[in-house]
Amino acid sequence: MNTNTAKPKDTTIAAEPTPGSLMRKRIFTHWGFMIGAFVLIVIILMALLAPYISPGDPFDQVLSRKLIPPIWHDSAKVTWEHPLGTDKLGRDYMTRLFYGARISLLIGFGAMLISGIIGTALGVLAGYYGGRVDMVVNFIITTRLSLPVVLVALAVVSIVGSSLNVVIWVLGLLIWDRFAVVMRSATQQVRALDFVTSAQALGCSTPRILLTEIMPNITNQFVVIATLEMAHAILLEATLSFLGLGVQPPEPSWGLMISEAKGMIFFDPWLITIPGLALFALVLSINLLGDGIRDVTAPENRN
Amino acid sequence: MFYYALKRLGVAVLVAVTVSILSFSMVYLSGDPAVALAGEGASNEDIENVRRIYGFDQPIIFQYGNWLLQAVQGNLGHSNYLKSPVASVIFERLPTTMLLGACSLAFALLLAIPLGVVAAIRPNSIIDRIALSIAVVGQAMPSFWFALTMILWLGINWRLLPITGTESWMNFIMPSVALGYYLTPAVMRLTRAGMLEVLSSDYIRTARAKGLRPMTVLFKHALRNAIIPVVSLAAVQFGFMLGGSIVIETIFAINGLGYLAWESILRADVPMMQAIVLVLSVFYILLTFLADMLNAFLDPRIRVA
Repeated sequence: MNTNTAKPKDTTIAAEPTPGSLMRKRIFTHWGFMIGAFVLIVIILMALLAPYISPGDPFDQVLSRKLIPPIWHDSAKVTWEHPLGTDKLGRDYMTRLFYGARISLLIGFGAMLISGIIGTALGVLAGYYGGRVDMVVNFIITTRLSLPVVLVALAVVSIVGSSLNVVIWVLGLLIWDRFAVVMRSATQQVRALDFVTSAQALGCSTPRILLTEIMPNITNQFVVIATLEMAHAILLEATLSFLGLGVQPPEPSWGLMISEAKGMIFFDPWLITIPGLALFALVLSINLLGDGIRDVTAPENRN
Repeated sequence: MFYYALKRLGVAVLVAVTVSILSFSMVYLSGDPAVALAGEGASNEDIENVRRIYGFDQPIIFQYGNWLLQAVQGNLGHSNYLKSPVASVIFERLPTTMLLGACSLAFALLLAIPLGVVAAIRPNSIIDRIALSIAVVGQAMPSFWFALTMILWLGINWRLLPITGTESWMNFIMPSVALGYYLTPAVMRLTRAGMLEVLSSDYIRTARAKGLRPMTVLFKHALRNAIIPVVSLAAVQFGFMLGGSIVIETIFAINGLGYLAWESILRADVPMMQAIVLVLSVFYILLTFLADMLNAFLDPRIRVA
């Protein structure tokens, strides 16, 4: 985090506070940030510790124990062996939920990384050079925006064949537009500052200026967009898997779990509610964290 | 204005051509399209036949030129599966999706603009906080899950609305809400930000000082100016929504363009996929062009720059 921007307009602390302590204070008093961080950490722990904390195996089918409802249901079948019940093939639902967190996080992070690299490269070049380069990059962004993401992703995955890697790459190659737009305008702002001009006057090479002068000063914006795009990628993966063209069975993707259960909405709606709530909690926590980082690192940009 | 329009039109056409190249190249994504079309166990002779009939033996640039020439004339090719012209199938399904898109947009605007205005009148009040919370929650909800949850409660448990089909206007309520709610956070935030900016400007102070009724100031003077960016956002989002309707149409079994897209993806009907991607993209390009023109018309500063 860049502490150079931490210049509060008014502070009640009489003694001269260090930028670090101000930052900590802002973080710990920001409700959205704290809630988002807490929920996200819980989900990450769920994903990391899945083999140790799950009650069963995500792929083990026990057909004699299929469709057991979760423990809060009023049913004779309810058992503590399956706290969240079992699906139509008798697989433990809580275990599948834990392992599903791995898929969501992996795809969210992978797609965010790919799109972040593409978008940042395009945006920084356009913002730094301006002129023709800017025009070309703007053109690429406009073209990308005119393609319907879900449709193109579905079509490409269906033609190429779907696997975890294909989904990550397809999403990564499709959702870099916001990175490019934001990085471009952030670079334009930084480029006009005096320290960049003096680096240019000193004769620093362009790569050096981009890497050591420009990039460190746009990391805040990068982190904010990175969280938003991670959430975006997670939602898109769930959508693709829901339509049957994302992660393939028997993998426990949350979108796929909802898809497998949609035929049972009449009698076993909890099969849809549980993974849906998990997706909702994950995306909400990442979004809250992103909004929180934006507020904490750039307090002057609030509203 | 004329010069600006011409420049924007040039960019729009260039983008459309690029998109057409991208959607054309979809045929080659899987490798040799002739092998894929001929099917499993086809002899070399059959494959060569298919290659000749579909023109895959000609240079790619020639194939593309031919395809584009036909597309511009309204002939988007033949469906591999339905064995009928792609264009006629698409234009048969398009009105349903347009209607769904329009209903969703109407829902989103009717919910988001009042919320944004109320939030801007009293910033940081309870109403503002609630409106912002709705925005945050809305953005995190997967649309297909929201749709299924609505089906569960409104359709199955309470039996208020029909679940599938397009027979009456009742059928469109749930799909429109499911498709439109995703847009509400963006519109709400934009309306709120626009209103906050406009309400603090000098001419609003003057209007208030003149003793105009608060409602007149709010709606006639402030909202009219704050709404300008919302108009272009709505136009752009309408294009996105048509692309996103694939999920909602599949869930509610609405026989529109999105459902057609899903069907042709499952059938590996590449000409149909190409055409749908092209039609939706060109439609989006057209919408953004019109939105830019409208903005330039409403705000002279844009067309001069």
